[in-house]
Amino acid sequence: MLRFEHVGMKYKTLTGYTEALIDVNFDVHDGEFVTILGPSGCGKSTFLFIGTGLTKCTSGRAVLDGKEITKPIKEVGFVFQDHLLLEWRTVLDNIIIQGEFRNQDLKITREKAMELIKQVGLKGFEKKYPWELSGGMQQRVSICRALVHEPKLMMMDEPYGALDALTREQMRVDLEKMWLDKKNTILFVTHDIDEAILLADKIVVLTPRPGQVKEIIKIDLPRPRNMKVKESAAFLAYRKKVTEIFMEMGILHED
Amino acid sequence: MEKRFTKNKMLLKWLKILNILKESIPGICSVCGVIVIWEVSVRFFEIPSYILPSPSDSIKALIQYWDYIKINLFTTLYEIGVGFGATVVISIPIATMISYSRIFEKTLYPFMVFLQLIPKVAIGPLFVVWFGFGMMPKILMVFLLSFFPLLMDTVAGLKSLNGRLYYMARTMSESEWKFYWKIKLPNALPSIFSGLKTSISMATVGAVVAEFLGSDSGLGYLLLRANGDINTRLLFAILIVLCLMGMIFFGIVEIIEKKVIPWHVSQRVTEKSGK
Repeated sequence: MLRFEHVGMKYKTLTGYTEALIDVNFDVHDGEFVTILGPSGCGKSTFLFIGTGLTKCTSGRAVLDGKEITKPIKEVGFVFQDHLLLEWRTVLDNIIIQGEFRNQDLKITREKAMELIKQVGLKGFEKKYPWELSGGMQQRVSICRALVHEPKLMMMDEPYGALDALTREQMRVDLEKMWLDKKNTILFVTHDIDEAILLADKIVVLTPRPGQVKEIIKIDLPRPRNMKVKESAAFLAYRKKVTEIFMEMGILHED
Repeated sequence: MEKRFTKNKMLLKWLKILNILKESIPGICSVCGVIVIWEVSVRFFEIPSYILPSPSDSIKALIQYWDYIKINLFTTLYEIGVGFGATVVISIPIATMISYSRIFEKTLYPFMVFLQLIPKVAIGPLFVVWFGFGMMPKILMVFLLSFFPLLMDTVAGLKSLNGRLYYMARTMSESEWKFYWKIKLPNALPSIFSGLKTSISMATVGAVVAEFLGSDSGLGYLLLRANGDINTRLLFAILIVLCLMGMIFFGIVEIIEKKVIPWHVSQRVTEKSGK
């Protein structure tokens, strides 16, 4: 279980300190899919960095399985907004780098990588270079890289932010399928309301900067959530609720 | 199936070669054109060979003086080899240190820029005073002229890394060495190669200039002697050798570049067909 306890973040600027996060508390249970939803610049991504130990929070602490996180943790797979594939490596080698860095048996890593490539529908593209792929395919490879070492925890920082709406929708469905199969813990940052609802077991809604938890909403929709779910009354009710929260915060307004 | 695949590959290879030939036709034509015009005008206007020898005359001189040129060519090649070798071996580690340490960068950079701004040709005579007429001052000149372009480009390449890649590496391993070797250095390679190309051209300049300033062998020395003897035919023969030498050096770097970074944008010949 990943737990954020009174997490606060201050940045030093020329004029003094800017508060990015104030007293944030929430839990991410094992096998849970949690989305963090908030307006741009509210410090959403900072959670992923704090939860991975890449950034230290200035107050409070992040705790993983009872141990405070003080340095980068290793049992994690991180997917960034930009795919961050190495242009000198083929699709397969880009995934295998995970095993190389972790000193794992490369033969096994290779097998797992091939399996993942097949699962995300990129069979036949192993030998291609990143620049030969479309944006969606690149991000799929990036997800494979974050999964190949079978991490318990996955951090996804607006991974579909740069993709078009159609690709996004498909990626969303595929991600859920993969998660139902692997049952790992996912912390997913997004600013897309529909995406947040459709993926999550639990949405953490953040306020604009300085980021605070506005509300935590449990999502109780049957899985797998196919394209039709979007027309269901339950989904629309959730969407209405989230939209109202955003209107209340003044991020969305009608005039 | 397998057979068809290999056949296709062969065909693609031939098409590639044909394409390269087709691309180079205009270049070859313009060079040949200039040589022909040169040859014809020298003959037509009966220009004496001590003022401007014709291309054919220069090549005759090249054959005539070849033994003579060869010995001096070896001297120059040696100087360039050692000087440029030192450049590669020294500047890449220094660039690495600069890219890692701000303090190192701040203390070293002013010194480097200062050295770079000194017209090195002007301190050439000083090298002769210090090291005499042997190889040493030439090697030093080659090194000094070729060092900075490579250093600057390598530093730029090492620093041009997407900062998030560092975070990504951190989630996989704490090893700084792995990060450098598998991510940072390969990422800098295109930049390093562009530095190597500038560097190798400067190395040739450095050797010839240093030989001008005081020496008893080398192509630069021979060039001065030919000039002194008003042996313009020999002078042109040496120029041809220098030209070819520069082209070969450049070509070697380009071939290595194609082998080492076939993935880079500048090397993507078949980008469209690849998709």
